[in-house]
Amino acid sequence: MTSFTRGSLTLQPSLPRNRWNQLLTLVAGLFTALAVLPLIVVIAYVLFKGGSLITVRLLTELPPPPGLEGGGIGNAILGTLLVTLVASLIAVPVGVGSGVYLAEYAKGGAFSRFVRFGANVLAGVPSIICGVFVYGLIVSTRVFFGQSYSAMAGGIALAVLMLPTVIKTTDEALKLVPQELRWGAMGVGASRFITISRITLPAAFSPIATGVVLAIARAAGETAPLIFTALFSPFWPEGLFNPIASMSVLIYNFAIMPYDAQIALAWASSFVLVVMILAANLLARWLGRFNRP
Amino acid sequence: MAAGVRPELFSQRRRPLWELLIDRGFHKVVVLLAAVVGLVLFGILLTVVGGSREAVLRFGLGFITNSDWDPLAEHYGAFTAIYGTLVSSLLALLIAVPLGVGTAVFLTENIIPLAVRQVLGVMVELLAAIPSVVLGLWGIFVMEPFLRPGLETLHRLLGWIPFFSTTPQGPGMAPAVLILVVMILPIITAISRDSLMQVPISLRQAAYGVGSTRWGAIVQVILPAALSGITGGVMLALGRAMGETMAVTMLIGNSNTFSLSLLAPANTISSMLANQFGEADGLQVSALMYAALVLMLLTLAVNLLAQLVVRRLSLKM
Amino acid sequence: MTDSSTCLALENVSISYSGQLAVSGVFMNIPRGKVTAFIGPSGCGKSTVLRALNRMNDLIEGCALTGRVVFDGHDLYDPRVDAVEVRRRIGMVFQKPNPFPKSIYENIAFGARINGFRGDMDELVERALRKAALWDETKDKLRESGYALSGGQQQRLCIARAIAIEPEVILMDEPCSALDPISTLKIEEMMHELRKSYTIVIVTHNMQQAVRVSDYTGFYNVTAQPGSDRKVGALVEFAETVNIFNAPKQQATQDYVTGRFG
Repeated sequence: MTSFTRGSLTLQPSLPRNRWNQLLTLVAGLFTALAVLPLIVVIAYVLFKGGSLITVRLLTELPPPPGLEGGGIGNAILGTLLVTLVASLIAVPVGVGSGVYLAEYAKGGAFSRFVRFGANVLAGVPSIICGVFVYGLIVSTRVFFGQSYSAMAGGIALAVLMLPTVIKTTDEALKLVPQELRWGAMGVGASRFITISRITLPAAFSPIATGVVLAIARAAGETAPLIFTALFSPFWPEGLFNPIASMSVLIYNFAIMPYDAQIALAWASSFVLVVMILAANLLARWLGRFNRP
Repeated sequence: MAAGVRPELFSQRRRPLWELLIDRGFHKVVVLLAAVVGLVLFGILLTVVGGSREAVLRFGLGFITNSDWDPLAEHYGAFTAIYGTLVSSLLALLIAVPLGVGTAVFLTENIIPLAVRQVLGVMVELLAAIPSVVLGLWGIFVMEPFLRPGLETLHRLLGWIPFFSTTPQGPGMAPAVLILVVMILPIITAISRDSLMQVPISLRQAAYGVGSTRWGAIVQVILPAALSGITGGVMLALGRAMGETMAVTMLIGNSNTFSLSLLAPANTISSMLANQFGEADGLQVSALMYAALVLMLLTLAVNLLAQLVVRRLSLKM
Repeated sequence: MTDSSTCLALENVSISYSGQLAVSGVFMNIPRGKVTAFIGPSGCGKSTVLRALNRMNDLIEGCALTGRVVFDGHDLYDPRVDAVEVRRRIGMVFQKPNPFPKSIYENIAFGARINGFRGDMDELVERALRKAALWDETKDKLRESGYALSGGQQQRLCIARAIAIEPEVILMDEPCSALDPISTLKIEEMMHELRKSYTIVIVTHNMQQAVRVSDYTGFYNVTAQPGSDRKVGALVEFAETVNIFNAPKQQATQDYVTGRFG
């Protein structure tokens, strides 16, 4: 005897529970479509509208003065590359070094907990605050040869932004390296430095490289930390201690201008930027496949 | 010297000095590099607190409740921007959470083939990689003109409600909220998806085993089990939304006039910083630093809360 | 106290983890040019003592040692002693085969290179692989990854790696516990060759293996601390292997080797 009513084994789509199932599945599918739609539309717009404008001239020339036609975004492309390079040259060594400290040397003491906590907090600091910080630290104090806005300041602001990502990636990647490998190296008389530089870091290369590439890609598209650190320049880059153009700031500045030529250049910049960033993302995915040499 | 025990004295075999120095030096170097994070954090705090001192002393806490931002009269109150920051990010969250969690469920359940799900998952992740400024450009020239007729209808029909009381004129709170939704969706989706995938398969089997339907299992067993991760992701997204600058700045209209209407131009702390910081001087810089301090404290609180929530909820499991 | 026939002398060695005593009061003279086996039930501290012999315990958080471990007239735990140098003179083979994610050749060359080896690397690699009885199996694929080898071959590669830096002592921490019987046999045969050139200390949970490979055997056991129920390891008996297995002096040893516990 049972106290439950038993239904037929045949599927009855009209049962309330089956109706609910269908409805919820439909809703979830709809949500997914809504979430993916913007991506497709944004990418399509950027690729078609921006891509159709791309010419060799556009990639190699300076932007035109307001009101004039033609011109290009050559200085902004070069500027983005330069500023991102400066940022990477600062953030990657500092970040990987900190990650190595956390994973290989730290003994769970107050300092290492503070560093981990600090990296977490820094990761949550809005990017515009990084800009404010570097403005206060470098731009307004004119520490670099009396220059205020400079490519260097922009690079440092982006480096602050990249730092927590690189630290966390390195820390986590090194923790995945089996302890036995470290013992093996120590067992043949390797010092800490040799164990880390020759065994553990190479073993963790692929995840670290993936994280670093993603961090660089993110930094390359950042605008907020650059608007009042690197500023903008309608000219070719004049060294690291002068204002410099970048694609992201160009998009921001030109998008709100009332001139069609400038708006077209903003779309073209978006195209170049998005293609570069998507390429970096694909590169990161590809790097992630090499788990073991 | 292949065979036999070598009689060398222990003290005669020593690592070369340079090797010892490199080993010790490397240790010192990485400790110093790790200290950089702390220095940067203190630097940020010092810069913002130090820079805002003048405005803090002059306006006190009234800065937060006063909505009068007047550079000519040298009187500053950031209520409009703080309100804008909170409203835009909370509204964006309200829309993005069901969408993101729904998408995450759809991408972890076996409703559609795995290959399709993986492609969709990668696409959502790529959306997170698109720079904010590019989304802003798209928002200005594609999304906002496309939405305007809809917003105008909304105003015509529901204009008697204060939230829709102004005629949409292009930039405003509503387009900014929607672009924020696009920006935080990938974060919520990705983190929810990770948390859902970490729910042990045995739990799912147990639910199906007692005769649960697919959605019965999802709603009653799987989502609760993944709750800590999802909540953490939502809080992270909230922090990101509050600090988000470019796309919002390009779409919100940057008006310091307070309005309840979602269709009117508004402002957020970060867009105010982006707009005015470069050209400000004197007391205005200090007032902007004060606003930056408020933003920092808000995001810090949200992020700390996120870590706390994740720790609390995952302990219960 | 130590004469020329003693390689490593443990003088009242006690080891603790985060303040918890793990092994206490070990006195032991490990003879030079012989194979010494450590046996005993799990938790008796035999591996802990082994790892103390080349300061591998330094890598474990909160591990502390009192007493002296004398090697070549030096206390290995003297603050002036360089732990890295200790490990170059006292090599180690671990429980789980742990080749580096490098080629077979590089696995062996790595240790030699960081030890400042200047000479014919090809010859050194061949010599080490021959001694580890791995040359015939690997001579045609030296450039392949060490991970491509079977578990037993990997462990022999690790032994070759340890031999290549010409240590005076080789420590082996249950080197065969993760291997099948045939691989185990090969490693035991190899140890008969190695004993001619090196002092070997091996930890094993397999008593037959201790009988087959060792000259001396130390039996460790766990005993409850007086006044508490915490268990601490100690050396019960140390003698020639034949005596340990045929004429043990202690009742606990007798019980253990006859299989009455452990």
